[in-house]
Amino acid sequence: MIRYILRRLIAMPFLVLGIVTLAFLLTSVTKGDPLTAIVSDRQMNNPEVVAAAKARWGLDRSLPERYAIYVGNLVQGDMGTSFITRRPVAQDVMFRLPATMELVTAAMIVGATIGISLGVLAAYFRNTVIDHTARLFALFGSSIPVFWLGLALLYVFSVQWGVLPGPGRLDARATPPTTITGFMTIDTLLAGDIRLFLDAVWHLILPAFVLGWAVAGTISRLVRANMLEILSRDFILTARAKGAGEFRVVIRHALRNTLVPTLTVIGYSFAYLLTGAVLTETIFSWPGMGSYAVEAARGLDFPAIIGVTIVGGIIFLVVNLLTDIAYVIANPRVRLG
Amino acid sequence: MNAHPPLFEVRDLRVAFGRNGTFAEAVRGISLHVDHGEVLGIVGESGSGKSVGMLAALGLQPEGARVSGSVRFKGRELVGLPRRDLRELRGSRIAMIFQDPLSSLNPVMTIGAQISEAVHLHNPDLSRRAVIDRARDLLALVAIPQPDRRLHQYPHEFSGGMRQRVMIAMAVANDPDLLIADEPTTALDVTVQAQIMDVLADLQARLKLGLVLITHDLGVLAGHADRVAVVYAGEVVEQAGVDDLFARPGHPYTRGLIASIPDMTAQKDRLFSIEGTPPALGRLPAGCAFNPRCVNAQEICRHQAPPTLRRGDHSAACHFAFAGTESAA
Repeated sequence: MIRYILRRLIAMPFLVLGIVTLAFLLTSVTKGDPLTAIVSDRQMNNPEVVAAAKARWGLDRSLPERYAIYVGNLVQGDMGTSFITRRPVAQDVMFRLPATMELVTAAMIVGATIGISLGVLAAYFRNTVIDHTARLFALFGSSIPVFWLGLALLYVFSVQWGVLPGPGRLDARATPPTTITGFMTIDTLLAGDIRLFLDAVWHLILPAFVLGWAVAGTISRLVRANMLEILSRDFILTARAKGAGEFRVVIRHALRNTLVPTLTVIGYSFAYLLTGAVLTETIFSWPGMGSYAVEAARGLDFPAIIGVTIVGGIIFLVVNLLTDIAYVIANPRVRLG
Repeated sequence: MNAHPPLFEVRDLRVAFGRNGTFAEAVRGISLHVDHGEVLGIVGESGSGKSVGMLAALGLQPEGARVSGSVRFKGRELVGLPRRDLRELRGSRIAMIFQDPLSSLNPVMTIGAQISEAVHLHNPDLSRRAVIDRARDLLALVAIPQPDRRLHQYPHEFSGGMRQRVMIAMAVANDPDLLIADEPTTALDVTVQAQIMDVLADLQARLKLGLVLITHDLGVLAGHADRVAVVYAGEVVEQAGVDDLFARPGHPYTRGLIASIPDMTAQKDRLFSIEGTPPALGRLPAGCAFNPRCVNAQEICRHQAPPTLRRGDHSAACHFAFAGTESAA
């Protein structure tokens, strides 16, 4: 087990280097000229300004040279300076990352809870109204686009009924707590302000649900299929023959056996959540990585684009590793040298 | 006879499965009984309804199955009993073990957890410590070496025979009165089969269990059963004391089964087998269900279902059950 994790950790830097290289090369093959983002339209005809800007941002160097410089800087934690914000990309990302992680985590909790519950119910009550309803719900979740769902729910729950707050992480009139972790829910708690904490949770509900629903759909379908298979196994009969009640049979005996494939899907849906967060954050004015990425892409802000891509890639690698470790822990039959 | 009701008595048990609105009976009126400390063998081909019938008797029939008839345990009717009450009986007074010990054990729970669960479910007030102690004692009872270490292992770390010992340990966890063993040795290596039968027989005698031994192997029953019920196409076609059955089988199906037991001393090239296959669910022939495969079938067998003929404790459902046996004996 320890050796397996070590082996995976050793492979990590090479995978990261691969991501860095890809992200870097992709921006260099795009058609857009980053100079348009740096130099104003009027100055574009002024060769002196253009030359100065090129020299300032290193655009006069060859691609391999730029790559070498970038990687050299990256090792020291320097991801360059954003064309738009004129702040170090690393600082921008670190500032926005917690907001995204908070949203994605909340969406994951919502998605997994709803998905597993629905999957179990649908399997146990197969071919009944409960099953059909659960499957319809799952189908909607995976087929309704996030941007439409986000706007529709925002309109209904916030604008029409006013039961849930509008965009943002806190009420606009509230004073945000001192940033410690960047997780609004945790920072408000650390500040000891329960009202502010509840407000933060309140603001999380809609975006988390919008983002989590699709994941809930995927998870519930997988859990249902697995539960159906497991519930027909002999050891379920053994459990009943022992005198176990139905709840115990379903939760302790059947659900535990579906945990392994479920964990895998939850881990892999993280990638979906990260990309889905881009749209969700834009709709809910969520100051996270997603909205940052959208702004960067729109403004041809190459340092920011590469930075976001790398950080997203690393998060995905880490989540994958954690998923695989959880897989080993949950499945006693897997033994690793 | 005596005033005591039998430990376990099944009367006219029927189990029907529905498909497209029509029901087909897999168990067509089985009647049998087991007394305290008695071993009843139930023998029949796969699909004859012997397992389904016993599962249904405990309320463990597959979903959608329709069960009727009467099942009495210590005089108490089980058919139609609320699920809660059935659950209380299962695993405590009546226990079951199944054919394939690998698939019958939960792969993601330790052996200790699974045995402990059986103890805990019926002794909720027992401390954790006491439950684990009991689990360890049970492993020792079925002769599993190093029970302390074994408790923390998973089913895949056990051999087939050891797994079946675990199943037996789990079944006797609460000192049941009745144990239903559904083909307990079928999935095991031949060399291990005898060991498992010894463990079962030993526990049966020590704990004075009523034991229902379901098998398709008459040979197993010769050494272990007191009485035998032969099941064919969802019916008991013959029932007798084990010696009587082997000495004077009344039903041609039983005679076929006995003839099918390989005889190591005989110089034969081929093993005997009964021609044909059992009827499919819901496709019974007219008359006697066995008539298409019966070597002695007469005209009457094709038209009229046979009555159950009795001679003392020996009963057989065949028009010609005991014909000619007097002169032979």
